[in-house]
Order: sequence, then C-alpha cells, then structure tokens
Amino acid sequence: MPSLVSSAVFSSSISSMDKMDRRERVRLLASAIERELPNVEGRPVTIMEVCGTHTMSIFRHGLRGLLPPGIKLISGPGCPVCVTSQSQIDAAIALSQLPGITVATFGDMLRVPGSSGLSLAKAKAQGADVRMVYSPFDALALARREPWRKVCFLAVGFETTAPVVAATIRAAARVGLENFTVFSCHKTMPKALETLFSAEDVRVRGLLCPGHVSSIIGEGPYRFLPESYGISCAIAGFEADEILLGILSLLRQMASGRPRVENCYPRAVSPGGNPRAIAEMEAVFKAADALWRGLGNIPGSGLEIRDEFSAYDAASRFDLSPPAPEKRASSCICGQVITGKASPADCRLFSRACTPSDPQGPCMVSSEGACAAWFKYGGVRP
Amino acid sequence: MKNGLGPSGGSIDMVLLDHGSGGLASSRLIKEMFLARLSNPILDELEDSAELHLEGIRVAFSTDSYVVDPIFFPGGDIGELAVNGTINDLAMKGAEPVALSLGLILEEGFPGQDLARIMDSVARSARQAGVSVVTGDTKVVPRGKADKIFINTSGLGLLLHDFPLTASRIRPSDLILISGTVGDHGATIMTRREGLGLDGGLSSDTRPLHRMARALVDELGPEVRAFRDPTRGGLATSLVEMAHKAGLSFEIREEAIPVRDEVAQVCEILGLDPLYLANEGKMIAVVSQDAAARALEIMESMPESDGPAVIGRAVERGVVPVVMETAVGGRRAVEMLTGEPLPRIC
Repeated sequence: MPSLVSSAVFSSSISSMDKMDRRERVRLLASAIERELPNVEGRPVTIMEVCGTHTMSIFRHGLRGLLPPGIKLISGPGCPVCVTSQSQIDAAIALSQLPGITVATFGDMLRVPGSSGLSLAKAKAQGADVRMVYSPFDALALARREPWRKVCFLAVGFETTAPVVAATIRAAARVGLENFTVFSCHKTMPKALETLFSAEDVRVRGLLCPGHVSSIIGEGPYRFLPESYGISCAIAGFEADEILLGILSLLRQMASGRPRVENCYPRAVSPGGNPRAIAEMEAVFKAADALWRGLGNIPGSGLEIRDEFSAYDAASRFDLSPPAPEKRASSCICGQVITGKASPADCRLFSRACTPSDPQGPCMVSSEGACAAWFKYGGVRP
Repeated sequence: MKNGLGPSGGSIDMVLLDHGSGGLASSRLIKEMFLARLSNPILDELEDSAELHLEGIRVAFSTDSYVVDPIFFPGGDIGELAVNGTINDLAMKGAEPVALSLGLILEEGFPGQDLARIMDSVARSARQAGVSVVTGDTKVVPRGKADKIFINTSGLGLLLHDFPLTASRIRPSDLILISGTVGDHGATIMTRREGLGLDGGLSSDTRPLHRMARALVDELGPEVRAFRDPTRGGLATSLVEMAHKAGLSFEIREEAIPVRDEVAQVCEILGLDPLYLANEGKMIAVVSQDAAARALEIMESMPESDGPAVIGRAVERGVVPVVMETAVGGRRAVEMLTGEPLPRIC
C-alpha cells in the first residue's frame, strides 16, 4: 500500500471529525494522563516515539506542553532519511555524477550531506540530473517518458514504502523497461528495535509504535518487546488525540506491571497487518544485512532486491561501493539522537552550525527528523 | 581582492534552490551577498517596496521577477502574476500604483500563441488595476538556456498618506489580521507542477490588493501599523519577519487561520504546512486593537477579501518571535521557512 495513499486514507476519515470535538478529546486525554502518571513507579517515565511522523506531530500540535513534567518523550530510529547510512548517501551522490544517470528520490534525500560535503542538491546544482518525486511510480513514469536516461530510484523507507517500491519494480518488469533501476536502502523496523532494546543502558520503558508501519506488519512483530524486554508497546495513529491515547495506554500498562502490545489504532491496523502488501514486498525483496546510521550493521534488517529482479537492481547494474564502515564528517551526533541517547539540544552544532538550511546531518534535513522538529517547533516552554 | 582571496561569498559556496525559497536561506543570501555590498538606509529596511522622497513627492518603488512553473495554472498565469505581484509589493506600503515596467526573457521556440495569451493577461490585469505599462524590454535566449518565459516587473506608486507603514510601528496589543484563506496559490502550483492529479477544486488566489490596502489606510490612518503580503515562505515566514522587525512577539491561534478544505487536504497528503505555502492575493494587516473590528468590516466589504480573520496579537518580546496556540490547545514556536517546502516520505 503506497504511503501517500495510506496517509490520505487515514486523514480523510479523520478530517470529518469536528475540530472542537478533537480539542475536547485532547483535553480529556491530557488530564487522564496526568491522573494515571502517579500510579507508575519511577520518574521521569521515558517513552520513545519510534516514528518520525509521530515526532513531527507531537511538535506540530505542541503536545509536549500538554503532558505532565514526569513524562519524557524521546525520538527513535523511525525516520528513514535519518537512518540511511553515510556510505549509501555517498554512493547515491557518486551515482548521480555518472553520465546518463538520473537519480530520482524523495525531496528530503536531496539535502543530506555526503562525507565530502556534497549533497544530491549540490550535485544537481553542478549539473547532475537529480529529480524530486513523490512516489516510486513517478520515477517509473519518468523512465518511460525519457527512455534515453537511465533512471535510478533511490528508495528509502520502512515496511510502509517497500511494498509500493516492490509494486513499481514488478510494473517495470511487466513491460520490460530497461532504463529503470532501484537503489534499495530499505530497512525493516523490528530488528532495529531489538538491537536498541537489547543494549544494556536502556531507559525507555514504553514504545509508541508507528501506525503506518504497523498497518503493514500488524501487531505480532512487536510482541518480543514486552515478552523479552518488559517494554510496554502501543500502536498509535498520528493525530494529537491518537498520540495521547497511545501514551495513556503505555502508562496504564506500566502501572499494572503487565507490559503488552496494545493496538490503539484498530481502524487502520489489523492484528495480522496487510498480507497483500507483505506478499508484494516478499515477492521482490529478501532480507539482507543493513547498515544503520547510529546503530551500525544489523543482520537481516535490510531489504535486497531478489535475483529474479536483478535487472532492476542498481546495486547489480552499477558500481555502488559496498557498505564501508561509517565515517562521520563532523561532530554531528545524529546517531545518538536516532537511538534516543541524546536530544538535539545536546549537540554542539544544533541551531548554530547546523540548521535546516545548512544541515550537517540527516536529522536536521528530514522533515521527520528530531533535530528539524526541535528547530522548527521547539523553543517554547509553556 | 584582499589577502589573495577571492571575493567573499560568506557561507555560500554555491547557489541552491533553497536560496530562492523566500525562507531562511534566502535571507542569508540577501544578507551575505547583497546587503554586504549594497547596504544603504532604504535597502536595509528590506520592505516589500522602497520608500523614496523625490523633491517632496513620496513614492514607493519595487521590482520582482516571475519564473513560475507551470506558466498557466488554475486561477491565473505568469502574466497576471507579474502584474499583481508587483502591484501588491507597492500596496503593502499603502501606495497607489501608477506605472509598471515589463521585462521579458523568452526562450527560443516559445509559441507565439502562448506569448499572446500571457500578454493578454498582462494587459487585462494592468487595466483592471488601473496602472499602465510604461516601459519594457525583451531578450530572447537560445533554446534550453531559459525555461519558456521569465518576466520581471518594476512598479512605481504614489504614497498619499503621511506616516510610514512598517512593522517597527507595531505595538503590544495590536491585532493581526489576514485578508483570507492561506496557501491557495502554493498548493495549486505544487500539485500542478508534480502532476499529482490532486488539484481538484484548487485555484490560485492571484489578485491586486492595493484597493483594499488604500481603503484601510484612508479610513483608519495611523491605526494601521503595517501590511505584508505573505508570498514565498508563506504566512509563517512573513509573521516571523514582522515580529523581528517590530522587536515584539506575536501570538497566533491556529484555529483562527482560514484554510480552504482542498488546501488542507493536499497538505495532509503531501506533508506540507499551509502556513508555509505561497499566497499571491492575501495580506497581513496589523492594526491597533481599537481599529481591528472596523478593519475587519472594511476587508469583508471588499471583493479582494476571502474570509478575513483576526489571527493573533502582538505582545512584549518573549522567547521566540511567533508562538502559536495549536488547534488542539498546545503551544509551539512558529519558525521561518527553511528550504523549499518538501514532501514527507512516509
């Protein structure tokens, strides 16, 4: 299911709800949270919102100010631009500079700085053919419209985006398109969460699980978190009241001492997820090792294009240097921000050397990055 | 050259699209490249148009270039935009526009039919606004060296009132008005440009604002503090700039900001914020608390308005220039646009 389409479906069902109604629900949920918090032992209670869309929504609605001081929200590794490894960024920039190549990708990817200081946007300003698209199908259409270009779609994203990219590759295969490839930087979420929570110094006690990824994978892949690590989980939607509902669920789980996976977004997420989307994804991709910014190499957490579709795999058609150990060009601490070990304000560069118009790291580039959210909406302590 | 180094570009090693977006990157370009070299008391004001005193006559002078893609869009075209945009830059000073220049850069091979259609728009818009195009220039560049047509217009207007309209006159307790729905033009162009098929019901709001601006100034005089047309960078960027200049903070209410349903929906789908989308026919007016009710009536009585509203007020300078009470009752800072408005990816 395309992420654009799915978010449109979600929002259309929401926009019918009366605005005052929502404001009242937010007020009621905020006071329920305040009443529940004293029942939870240990302060502050640290909750991680896995997904960048949650991070942005929390800031955009000013929710932090509505929560009692005993709750600490930190951002997790669910921003696809942010977790893309430096080596893949560098490889994409190098690819864009080859003759005849058009790199098509989502807008946020354009401004991520490579280790040389160049970005896709800067490569474009120097003459590389880099196009911003809203969907992989736009890149496919581009390849058909301009058959003299070798169009490579730089694909980032999680389980939400991968099925659409898989469908695009199958569509290209059906018509035998020869000038279209995909550079798969896809990642899958559960193994990354396992890496994060199997570490020793975990302060996070509750996890706000991403609604759209969950709509694909369902509830099952999160169950190991409460079972093996005692982490409370709530699958939540992206509106202000839906996020607060998720937080309330987490507090109640913690207060009762019985962590589990609660689905607070049942109208979009069914327990088994979306089998069709999973099948689409599995038809084209297979699990592979992936290098995450901030988390390093996580076995089986990436998606590699299967051999039968290798004609559409940029990694087999072009020389994309294999993932090398991550090198960091500056003192950017994106890696720690992504894993919840540091907040953007802990970074020396934040809002001084690093701003959205001159970003030093991907968390400031991405419209879903924690640093961009802090920069854009922070600064107010009501 | 000093010390054997080339001329200083400040922190800008290369011009990027961001530098033209009207947000933070644009202001850095202006400061480091242009003000660093051209600084003078009039330019340093960085207003929509310059205020000149010529032998006792006060005039407003402004220039703007138009490179919109696509050149034809629902609600208008590049020609209409080029006339209305420059008129609006003059109008934000309360000026009565009198004359325009028209500079055309045309790409070799551009269809005569399209040019005729655009020039018809220019003529019609100028006539409707009551201004004349009094001078012009045309250049043709080889195919591929420009994209179809670029237009520059400059405008001259008479200042008939005797007080400056500028954000530095804003006082705490003044109220902030917007003349109608925000984001219409930006949403229309974004969806057309990307060919998303999402453009149902969307239309640009391009229109001249000088009559509404003059009506407010004529009746309310110095109770009107300042105007601004929130074009590139949108409402958010304009409010932050005004608050900075005023040395105050603005408190706005998200719920009060008028946004058309179609625009709100496109923003949801593309991950855009209507507060950062361009407007081509809307004005922010800051007026004294006492004059606000009348200002709203004047706006409502004019065809240029489109659901005007009081969206906030000026207060003593706080931690950030613009604070918004969100629709659900939270509070957050509103920042300037940083870079081109980009879609979210998941």
